[in-house]
Amino acid sequence: MACNVTITVVIISAMLLLIRLLYVLHRTGKPLKTRDSAGLAPPPLSTLIILGSGGHTAEMLNLLSVLQKDRFSPRFYIAAATDNMSLQKARLHEETSRSQFMQIYRSREVGQSYLTSVVTTLIAMVHALWLMLRIRPQVILCNGPGTCVPLCVIAFLLKVVGIRWSSVFYVESIARVQRLSLSGLLLYKLRVADQFFVQWPQLQKKYPRAHYVGCLM
Amino acid sequence: MGDSEVTVKSKKTVFVTVGTTCFDALVKVVDTQEVKEELSRRGYNELLIQMGRGSYIPQSNVIGEGMINLMGRDSKGGDESIAVDYFTFSSSIADHLRAASLVISHAGSGSIFETLRLGKPLIVVTLKQIISDVKVESLIPYHPGDATPVAKLINRFLGFSED
Repeated sequence: MACNVTITVVIISAMLLLIRLLYVLHRTGKPLKTRDSAGLAPPPLSTLIILGSGGHTAEMLNLLSVLQKDRFSPRFYIAAATDNMSLQKARLHEETSRSQFMQIYRSREVGQSYLTSVVTTLIAMVHALWLMLRIRPQVILCNGPGTCVPLCVIAFLLKVVGIRWSSVFYVESIARVQRLSLSGLLLYKLRVADQFFVQWPQLQKKYPRAHYVGCLM
Repeated sequence: MGDSEVTVKSKKTVFVTVGTTCFDALVKVVDTQEVKEELSRRGYNELLIQMGRGSYIPQSNVIGEGMINLMGRDSKGGDESIAVDYFTFSSSIADHLRAASLVISHAGSGSIFETLRLGKPLIVVTLKQIISDVKVESLIPYHPGDATPVAKLINRFLGFSED
């Protein structure tokens, strides 16, 4: 008897989770419903900005310079623990003290062995989950490389379990002319990104859900 | 620091940048006597190398706290030498690009586009292991773009007005 109840509960929860998953997939990529509260400007959204490194960070800061800061607030910045430059550059860009800067462990360093990679990937995933539960952003801006993938996947799972709804924006690097990067391809194929931007028209032809926006630099 | 002192003499700087990569091969090559002589012959009098994660240390002939050994050279009256200085990282690469007369880059998109935007001569040396499909030829002539189309779409998606 108890066994039957358990099975029923498991089946029902699995069904509910599946329905929720389908709903989240259905909603992903669709604009947020108009949020204007009786003619007033919509409230600001907490925003997570994932900084890649080098050119990725430069492109992201270029994008941030044209976004209205009062709409995307508070802002949280995450960069890889091995990347010492990106957060410094972001700090130069930021005027408010409300913004927070964090570093995240990387799953794998260039040249690291696969055996130790398993352990470091697990540590990186737990760290990413911890950071995401703390920040619970409503908007995620990212443009690769790999650091953003676990964070975006966790954001998607937080949507499924109903902890936080977020909108994910991914901008493919200007260096990508013919093929998407691995991070870009994953976020596109898994439908994790709500809006996916490419900087070259060739890519938009291959990936029709992407938006061609011209060069950011 | 010493910049203000040396700008008295017109400075023509070659700025070599490898971004966050390790690209000793490029640093080694620009540090050879052959390359330095050629740059000097073409009127460049300063070589500034941003060496990133590399372990090869260029032979700096800069004396003291960022003071470049231009004075000594001027007194000799010769122009056969070129002042060489290096650093690992800087949060103001843009300033170095702006101050340079020629940029030699590791093919990172940041330095490429920043240099093209400044309209400065640029030499790109690819680090084959990393680079996959950067098509530099398709970037020329380069028209600087901006991020406003992205910002517009993001604002529209989130229910903000587009301006």
